[in-house]
Amino acid sequence: MKGRPAAMTVMGVCTVYFLTPIWWLFVSATKTRADFTTTAPLWFADVALVDNVREVLTYRDGIFVRWMGNSVLYTAGAALIGTLLAAMCGYALAIYRFPGRETIFNVVLGGVLVPATALALPLFLIFSRAGAANTFWAVFLPSLVNPFGVYLARIYAAASVPGELVEAARIDGAGEVRTFFTISARLMLPALVTIFLFQFTAVWNNFLLPLIMLGDERLFPVTLGLYTWNTQVNQVPQLRGLVLVGALLSVVPLVVAFLLLQRFWRNGLGTGSVK
Amino acid sequence: MTRHRSAVVFFVAPFGTLFALFYLLPIGYAVAQSLYTVERTGTFGPAREVFGGLVQYQRVFADGPFWASVGRVLLFGVVQVPVMIGLALLLALLLDSGLVKGRRFFRLAFFVPYAIPGVLAAIMWGFLYSPTLSPFTALTRAIAPLDAGLVLWAMANVVTWVYVGYNMLIIYSALLAVPPEIYEAARIDGAGPVRLAWSVKIPLVRPAIVLTAVFSVIGTLQLLAEPQVFRSFSSAVSSTYTPNLTVYATSSIPNFHLAAAFSVVLALATCALSFTVLKVSTR
Repeated sequence: MKGRPAAMTVMGVCTVYFLTPIWWLFVSATKTRADFTTTAPLWFADVALVDNVREVLTYRDGIFVRWMGNSVLYTAGAALIGTLLAAMCGYALAIYRFPGRETIFNVVLGGVLVPATALALPLFLIFSRAGAANTFWAVFLPSLVNPFGVYLARIYAAASVPGELVEAARIDGAGEVRTFFTISARLMLPALVTIFLFQFTAVWNNFLLPLIMLGDERLFPVTLGLYTWNTQVNQVPQLRGLVLVGALLSVVPLVVAFLLLQRFWRNGLGTGSVK
Repeated sequence: MTRHRSAVVFFVAPFGTLFALFYLLPIGYAVAQSLYTVERTGTFGPAREVFGGLVQYQRVFADGPFWASVGRVLLFGVVQVPVMIGLALLLALLLDSGLVKGRRFFRLAFFVPYAIPGVLAAIMWGFLYSPTLSPFTALTRAIAPLDAGLVLWAMANVVTWVYVGYNMLIIYSALLAVPPEIYEAARIDGAGPVRLAWSVKIPLVRPAIVLTAVFSVIGTLQLLAEPQVFRSFSSAVSSTYTPNLTVYATSSIPNFHLAAAFSVVLALATCALSFTVLKVSTR
């Protein structure tokens, strides 16, 4: 069969394309500043990874550590709470019949099509008027809203939470809220993980909102922090190495988490594209 | 019938409140702001905000650099989205074809870039493109990907690199959901793998392809992180290189009313375009 060699060649070329930049980042992060420009870029020279990491973590009183902490709060915090709220709303839209149900769903669905960047500027104006721009909340609160999560939660709840089960719980005397947290939420768990992942990436990738909103670098997420370092590379050459090591440090936990949770991406994406 | 009114309120109100505050209110506020303009009495008089009707929109439509940036991202999208979705589709079909060994490894390898946020991906590629720091200096000196002629495509490559694996995964999961019996009839009729992919599999996973295309179109019009980062690497990227950079530059002047009008036009254009893609490809 001549199909197989051709197929494997395509796969091999693509693997090189996707992984070379990451390999280069890893190798570069292990090098001393002198070796970075003078040694083979895709292979190791003197390994100075530990020193480099120490330099990033201690540079300017450990501002990088603070950025990492901020990113965890912004992304994981907002995604956790946001997922819960989206799940509750989607669940109610799937299970209960009430006036205005379709209107709410359609408005939320319209929200999926509104680009997040179009909201950044008016959000900044509103928060400045309230005197709350350049605060943690100015980035955190808007990140909680996840209309696509409501859409996914509704589809998934309609498919995976049987009405008879909710009815049976009622007959047993369980309240609606208790039924949701003890029974329905568990049935929806795969969808909840997917919604969490979607929101996590959306917040993690949102660049315009923190860029417009934040002036105080102690509130920066790590992406914005590394971006500002990168803009100063020409004035402060030392930062070049710090940017690369910092990028590696901030990306490694995510890559590991994504690969471990990849199964949930597929499940949820299937749910999203069926309809 | 609202037997469970209090439960419904409990479930819907938290999301509903936040959605109203941080989605609907900003949209309304942007529209309102875009209808005002700043007037001064005399050259040095105090600035006053007055209702200006559609004055800002006249400025938007007369703004050459803005429309040039819209044209630029449209050109970007017309080339980059089909290339990216085509590559994602090809890889998904190959993974599904039974011709590839080590499927799990390739799936993971192609998906890794998606874990890297756009800003950091752009910084990495900025170094890789650089004529002095790149591992491929021989290549980057000859091609000069950061020069005015190529920098748009250099960014297209960054976006493609990040998102191919993600789109591939969407299409691949749709392919996995197809029951194998469907392929049997085609096989009995003697269809080879290429014919099977073209006439059976692609039509079946069309909804997934449409979904990836719509999300990609939305993403293209919002292009921001890559050009903003590339401004540090290349002088060819101006402060109004993409529509979102224009919004950011205009709000930094600051001219919030005009920036709000840009935002509104951009949001409407995005909605219209995604809607069109949706309609055309599901027809």
